[in-house]
Amino acid sequence: MDETTLFPPIEPSNFDLIVVGTGLPESIIAAAASAAGKTVLHLDPNPFYGTHSASLPLDDFISFLRSHSESPSLQVQTSDDDDVSIPLATRPLYSNLEINLHSSEPLENSNKFTLDLGAPCAFLCADAMIDLILKTGINQYMEFKSVDSSFVSGGAGKLESVPDSRSAIFKTRSLLGPEKYQLMNFFKHVQGILENGSEEDMEIPFVDFLTKRGLSQKLKSIILYTIAWADYDQGKLEFCKDVITTRSGINRLALYHSSIGRFSNANGAIIYPIYGQGELSQAFCRRAAVKGCIYVLRMPVISVLMDKDGRTYQGVRLASEVTNSNHKSPSNAEGKVARGICIAKNSVKPEAANCLVFFPPRSLYPEQITSVRVLQLSSNVGVCPSKTFVTYLSAVCDDSVEGKKLLNAAINALFHIAVSSSSENNEIDNLREHAEEKPCLLWSALYIQDLTKFHGAFNSIKFTPMPDEHLHYDDILDATEKLFKELFPNEDFFATTSTSDEQHLDGNTELDP
Amino acid sequence: MHGIPRKAPTQEERDGSSIKAAKLRDLQSQLLHFHYNKIYTKEAIEISAQLLESNPEHYTGWNYRKLAVQHLLDRHQENEVDSELPQSVLDEELRLVENALKRNFKAYGAWHHRKWVLSKGHSSPDRELRLLGKLQKLDSRNFHAWNYRRFITELKKIPDEDELQYTTDMIYDNFSNYSAWHNRSMLLSKLLEKRAKGYDKTENVLSEEFEFVRNALFTDPDDQSGWFYHLWLLGQTLKREPLVISSSPPHGSNLSLSIDNPDCQPSFSKIYHQSKERTFPLILYFSEAVVGVSSSTVTVEFDYDGGDGLIWHPLSANKLGFSQAWLAYIKYPHDSLESCHVKVTVAQFPGIISSSGMPCSQSCFISFTASVCSNNQEHSKVQTTHKISWNEENFKAHSTHPEDANLLASLCKLNITKENMPTTPMLCIETISNEIACSRELLSSSNCKIGKLILARLLVAHNTLMTYGCMDSITEAHYEEILALYHDLMKMDHAHIGYYEDEYSLVVMKQLTSNTESLLKLCGNYEELSLPSISSYTCVRLKGLSLSRVSCMEHLLWVQMLDLSHNKLRSIEGLEALQLLSCLKLSKNRFSSFTALEPLKMLKSLQVLDVSYNEIGAHSIDTRRYMCSSPLNSTTGSEWQLKRFAEEDADMKHFWDAYLLFKDLNLVQLDIVGNAVVDERLKAFLVKLMSALKWFDGESCH
Repeated sequence: MDETTLFPPIEPSNFDLIVVGTGLPESIIAAAASAAGKTVLHLDPNPFYGTHSASLPLDDFISFLRSHSESPSLQVQTSDDDDVSIPLATRPLYSNLEINLHSSEPLENSNKFTLDLGAPCAFLCADAMIDLILKTGINQYMEFKSVDSSFVSGGAGKLESVPDSRSAIFKTRSLLGPEKYQLMNFFKHVQGILENGSEEDMEIPFVDFLTKRGLSQKLKSIILYTIAWADYDQGKLEFCKDVITTRSGINRLALYHSSIGRFSNANGAIIYPIYGQGELSQAFCRRAAVKGCIYVLRMPVISVLMDKDGRTYQGVRLASEVTNSNHKSPSNAEGKVARGICIAKNSVKPEAANCLVFFPPRSLYPEQITSVRVLQLSSNVGVCPSKTFVTYLSAVCDDSVEGKKLLNAAINALFHIAVSSSSENNEIDNLREHAEEKPCLLWSALYIQDLTKFHGAFNSIKFTPMPDEHLHYDDILDATEKLFKELFPNEDFFATTSTSDEQHLDGNTELDP
Repeated sequence: MHGIPRKAPTQEERDGSSIKAAKLRDLQSQLLHFHYNKIYTKEAIEISAQLLESNPEHYTGWNYRKLAVQHLLDRHQENEVDSELPQSVLDEELRLVENALKRNFKAYGAWHHRKWVLSKGHSSPDRELRLLGKLQKLDSRNFHAWNYRRFITELKKIPDEDELQYTTDMIYDNFSNYSAWHNRSMLLSKLLEKRAKGYDKTENVLSEEFEFVRNALFTDPDDQSGWFYHLWLLGQTLKREPLVISSSPPHGSNLSLSIDNPDCQPSFSKIYHQSKERTFPLILYFSEAVVGVSSSTVTVEFDYDGGDGLIWHPLSANKLGFSQAWLAYIKYPHDSLESCHVKVTVAQFPGIISSSGMPCSQSCFISFTASVCSNNQEHSKVQTTHKISWNEENFKAHSTHPEDANLLASLCKLNITKENMPTTPMLCIETISNEIACSRELLSSSNCKIGKLILARLLVAHNTLMTYGCMDSITEAHYEEILALYHDLMKMDHAHIGYYEDEYSLVVMKQLTSNTESLLKLCGNYEELSLPSISSYTCVRLKGLSLSRVSCMEHLLWVQMLDLSHNKLRSIEGLEALQLLSCLKLSKNRFSSFTALEPLKMLKSLQVLDVSYNEIGAHSIDTRRYMCSSPLNSTTGSEWQLKRFAEEDADMKHFWDAYLLFKDLNLVQLDIVGNAVVDERLKAFLVKLMSALKWFDGESCH
């Protein structure tokens, strides 16, 4: 093969595990397997770590999205040796990429923006990913900043702070006294259930549980979409694809509340890694490398080698054509997530730098059945030059038209868009009256990502999960841990050799107290 | 810190602490040795540092440190060698205090020492603020740190506005912070007093603060820190100028005076007073406790040569001398049938100040006429020998005779006119009304006790504001609601039942006395049927009302006969304002000691007293003794001459409390049966003590 000369040979040539792609789940698997003493080869055809979990400079970000938006030509390789070689092809993950420059001048310092591919994503201080980060000690490779505040779109596009804690309830101006009492009382009730258990049916929809506690529509919406982070309109169970049960709702609330104050230097429940989410997969890779995992970037996998009867997997053939175990058949597209990125010179809320904004179902327009989640980041997390803000948006949708409608509606609610803008939607004009308070949109990108779930495995080839629609990594982490157990049923998923206790880690997890 | 349960120490920890204790004892004895011998060597100072770092509560250690530092500084001044020395010495002190505070940031000694170092002109306020920042992060409620913060901000002249913002931030962070709320109240008081920019409209500031604290109350009604601030705000809202609300004799009245016994056939048209000293009491009753009532602030003009330089006494004064009722004795006019006019002008000159610091600036006029009845000594005997039986059939409810009603109205009417009425800004009433509405709203969903208490207080406050506005025409007095709230509280919070009973009593008294109609129902003529020739009294009956204390004396200053039986009275504080009282029935109450009856000593006209069926002597420990004047208290201490007792009479020593009460009373009739303390010995003692006594427990003494 001609191309092999481009790629140096790898020694040794036998591994317990070959991981292709350095996305978050692959990196975790590689780190876990290395930690369990397995020999691991970790490959990535890209010149950077992270694959679909990467954070990339703006230009690279766009070209990566473009290259994964089109179907490459399928190259058929025939078998040569004793093994059968099965060629691999990439299925495009992204579609409908749309980039807009909203100003007559080009974006300044575009090389200073670092953008997340699977955004928006953030951590709750007490979530499983943070626990894993602390357990594996990779917090020494990362630094975090707190996402200081969350807002929810109240009527008329007004952003109100989310009363997610005792002090936030006290502080907020968007709730009346009795609502404050009701909400705090509900939090206490949930606390009581967590401590003492409850006689109530935990399997009923969470929304019914909230109704039984006599909470107003407004409070229900706050709890469901800004604290429990529900995707679909829980009030319309016929359209709702993710009915949250009381049990999981209460657990999400508990997780949220135990996140507040877990780290003394985090202001709220949520933190974000400095330099972007791509740091996370990179940190796991470093962890793997420390344990002996061999890394080769810019190393494409051409085909999978099978034994002659085509049943047993033997290895992979490297080089040349792009491929990666993640995105190939057998996968089923199960809905889509629309993602958007906006760059502006001012914050959507003058008093907030890093913040979350939620547009619950029906808050943007009556037919809106999924919530739009927004994460705004400032230069203090090192993802953009100073005096600029990067804002990520996402929404679950059935098709790209719906997805873009959702994001555009949210963008219009948050930003002022110059009239010359090529934006094709005009149904959100009624929100224009607030234009003068809103930041001017400089640059935006919208794209649709397929949500893929892998069913089963192809012989001994396993597939890692893909970035999903959630703000958190809980599902990805669960799937990854499960996958690890399938691969190595007798090994611990990061055995608790833990050298340091949490007290020690607190200080390291956060930067700049 | 807060909310962290204590754990029992393990064996290891116990061993550790005993080793530590031994080490501390050693350091301590060394330090005392150095201190005693004035040894200030480097080693000695180092030992003291070791001691204070492990035990910052050692006061002698800190004092030794101060002496040592002073010693070093003095020596340095004498020698003038190393100019750097004072800085390094004081730096060392600051470092030591910081280490000590790290161990225990509630050590008074350490904080004092730091202030002392600062008084030497060392350290910078900025450095101190940084230290405070660290400590207040560790424990945001630590009142030592807050205290020190006030000291530093004063030193650095940080504007109160900035500090107010700091309390806002701290409260936003976590509103259950008593210290932050307290500092907020201190700062606001200062800003309001200064009328600083943005703080010149008190009502606006207060209503904003009410809104601010309401957020805390609604978020967590069971957290009491906000309620305390709310209570302070309520007090600020009610802050008004004190004024004279009533007097005795009342404005426009006729006073008949006699040396012994009124000659004229008694009717309910005049007030009688008899006295052997040829003086009569003048009582001024203020809307709140005041000081500064004297002949320079109150002028009394007579038609006759009455009394120059009247001496004013506070009745029931608190420790600082503030009192609602002030008393002066005026000499009788000359024996003449001519009526004489007396004119009293209160607060013509400044000087009267209420306990909340408000001056009484509205002057007030009271005038009345006094005339002396022609004496008829023969009748006096009859009067004083008959027995008051308090029988129900002797009591005749007042006819609704318009004349009686008018007189009564004039007697208990307050001295408030449109001219001297304190101006209550409408905004205050609105604010209170708004708070009432919000509290009701909160209570409709939460059954929290402090919320109920505040609502009750708000309603009372609202009544107070409205009362001065328009007497007798309170359309929404909410008395039943307030009483129901206190009733609930008594059930919900049994530990504080005494307090709720007292508050309940205040409201009941207010309800009964606040208008003439209800007061009239309590009044009646008392006449001994067996002795029809004897003069009748107007008797006020406040029996069986579950009262635990008395109040609203401003409406009752004219009362001569009062029945307070079948209540829950434990104290009669306030009753001393009724200087005309001659018959008092206190039977079937909860008095547990003679000292609880001490206010009676100030009632010079009291002749008939019934304290039967109380709990005097039933409790071995007299808990009231520490709450009102007693031999342990300086006011009566001077009278307490134990030595004389011991020599004179063993009984006196045994019944010292009865002696102190009754020796000053001039009783003719006493009923004391049904108290645990009563025995033959006490009876004999009392009969001997009170020579004027004619009836004792219903029997003639002679």
